[in-house]
Amino acid sequence: MQTVVFDKKPRIIGTGTIAGPKECAGVVGKYVDKSLTDDTFGESTYEKAECKMLSYAVSKAIENAGRTEKDVDLLVSGDLLNQIISASFTARDYDFPFLGVYGACSTMAESMAIAAAFINAGYYKNIVAATGSHFSSAERQYRYPLELGNTRPPQAQWTVTGAGGAFISYMGGGNGKKINAPAITMATFGKVVDFGITDVNNMGAAMCPSCAHTLLTHLTETGRSADYYDLIVTGDLGALGSRILKDLTWEKGVDIADNHVDCGEIIYNVIEDEFQGGSGAGCSAVVFNSYIMDKLKTGALNRVLFIATGALLSTVSSGQGESIPGIAHAVAIENI
Amino acid sequence: MTGKNRENYNKNYIAYVNSFDPPTKHFKNCFRAFIVGGFICCIGQAIRVIFEEAFGLYGDELSAAVSIALIFLGTLLTGFGVYDRIGRNAGAGSIVPITGFANSVASPAIEFKTEGLVYGLAAKMFVVAGPIIVYGVLAGTAVGLIYLFL
Repeated sequence: MQTVVFDKKPRIIGTGTIAGPKECAGVVGKYVDKSLTDDTFGESTYEKAECKMLSYAVSKAIENAGRTEKDVDLLVSGDLLNQIISASFTARDYDFPFLGVYGACSTMAESMAIAAAFINAGYYKNIVAATGSHFSSAERQYRYPLELGNTRPPQAQWTVTGAGGAFISYMGGGNGKKINAPAITMATFGKVVDFGITDVNNMGAAMCPSCAHTLLTHLTETGRSADYYDLIVTGDLGALGSRILKDLTWEKGVDIADNHVDCGEIIYNVIEDEFQGGSGAGCSAVVFNSYIMDKLKTGALNRVLFIATGALLSTVSSGQGESIPGIAHAVAIENI
Repeated sequence: MTGKNRENYNKNYIAYVNSFDPPTKHFKNCFRAFIVGGFICCIGQAIRVIFEEAFGLYGDELSAAVSIALIFLGTLLTGFGVYDRIGRNAGAGSIVPITGFANSVASPAIEFKTEGLVYGLAAKMFVVAGPIIVYGVLAGTAVGLIYLFL
């Protein structure tokens, strides 16, 4: 079994999000806690800006949950930069333990699932799961300098500048008392799947097989059908990846055409060179913790399957001609 | 389907993904590259005429002065954050001329300045231009040798 069931119902009681100017021009603009007008966030480097955004998301999640830093038992976080420096440097500012995770763009779902597992086991009560990314810091680590005059291929995606955090807490329950916070009811940890895509500009296609695998496994193991969920939200497959995912699951007899949406596909109003949409750890973190969580809290959505997907490549592996392995973790979030 | 039986499924999947790929607009790209590349060359020619008339330069001195002027312009536009926008649309039209080479040296210099003047700016300055220099020299030598023996 890849799926674990959280019978103690860890709940997301508060979220904090922040996003850059380009992101806020799109759908998440109305829902984020802070929209930046300057993508350096007043810092001297983009890495520092990324770190500051992540700190903001963590602090805001704690604040929105109505708790203080003293209540937090653990921070589970990761990011895209080498040696996950943004997450560790963020943790440096706080007085609680830190668990660094790396799942590329799947980090949000991964950290939420880990947090929920810790809480369900009874080890901790209050955990913050957070992640973020920055276009400019990712671009220079994975691709080219910002000012280099090169063209972007039409398959390319745009790394999201933003961060999101979720405060996950044990609230009791099971005694019929209605608690107005969505609960994490299940998590499906994904397998690393590699179908041999080598094009680093086509990460949606590289991540699709693992996403389809996790989704199908989740549905098989839980005995649920795809339409059990009001919304199946994937991380950052982009427009092209979304079409491939629909095809892959359709091939296996699962139709998700009506209730699937992709964070990367919806985050941008494509105006410049975003092409297939957003990517990066911040993509699913921002969209889920702002837009989707708002819909969950207002009851517009009641059952959401959140599958964040990650492409586990590095500049070294792609330089050596390795294909791009994908990973996807699913978290079921329900109003119960 | 974890991709373990690579031989079959991979090829199918890759072929399937390729069938989805949005097509590259070759004609449009070539046209833009032609216009922008031609325009940069026209600027170069204009500078050449001006230098010739105003300063009375000729021969090698004139060519070097024109190159320097174009490199200066390319670097300046990179610093102002304009060149990457031109390059995004023009493609090879702005990469191939000498201004593109200036851009490929200046852009990492700006980018890695935050990591220090020695290990950042200076060491990373040639990450993009390095291969061009290495293989440019190699190709030049090869052509030179062929020319020698002909």
